[in-house]
Amino acid sequence: MTAGVDLGRPQAQAIRSDEDVVRVRQLVRTFAVSARLSLVDQTKLVTAASELARNTLVYGGGGSAEVTVVEDDRRRGVRIVFADSGPGIPDIDLALTDGYTTGGGLGLGLSGARRLVDDFDIWTTVGEGTRITVTKWSR
Amino acid sequence: MERVPILKIGDILLVSIQVDMSDQTAVQLQEDLAERIVATGCHGVIIDITALDIVDSFVGRMLSTIASISKVLDAETVVVGMRPAVAITLVELGLSLNGIRTALNVERGMELVAAARGDEWDEVDGDEDVETTATT
Repeated sequence: MTAGVDLGRPQAQAIRSDEDVVRVRQLVRTFAVSARLSLVDQTKLVTAASELARNTLVYGGGGSAEVTVVEDDRRRGVRIVFADSGPGIPDIDLALTDGYTTGGGLGLGLSGARRLVDDFDIWTTVGEGTRITVTKWSR
Repeated sequence: MERVPILKIGDILLVSIQVDMSDQTAVQLQEDLAERIVATGCHGVIIDITALDIVDSFVGRMLSTIASISKVLDAETVVVGMRPAVAITLVELGLSLNGIRTALNVERGMELVAAARGDEWDEVDGDEDVETTATT
């Protein structure tokens, strides 16, 4: 579900290197501040973005993040779309399990990121890629 | 790639992370610290994360790894200065920071390192007293 209207221009950041993951964090932070998320919510969203941007780089072989401020009748929020044209995720339920990893990490990236945001939507097709949309709303 | 500076203060190595670290910078810090511990013979490592506005799973794992490496090299690690919002986020993320000692600020961190060293000396003394029972 992706309710809400876009506010202003979305900004995209390519994810091709470690440094780009840092840039995604900084971009998301800027949007979270302008959407007036609380400090804790900013921190949660930036942390989730960091996990997902790293996944896009490590598992998706690179891709992009697009950040937008969105609004519905009651509140504002920040939406981020992470997209890659990598191998896709064969078993989403397994990939969303705490502790599951194929990359030698802690296996908290995907499952942890989902807990830190309000809306989490994943589209993936093996051989085509993965697109993850997350939204954090102001309270 | 940026590099995080490591300062030596007496018997302690102080690392104050002031930049938004890339993963490579974090890995480099791990290696630099291990080398400095051996080169200086310091028995304490204090990592100040006051300036970090997030700790994600990669940085969390780096902190745990540094603590483990230091332990093997006979040094205690204390992470200090975690922001409240970072603590809340870490818990929700599911990161437990296993094996990491924390303190609210550098001063308390130094006390913790000193106390940990003190305990260890007590243990060594204790072992000597009960030498004959220390068989397995």
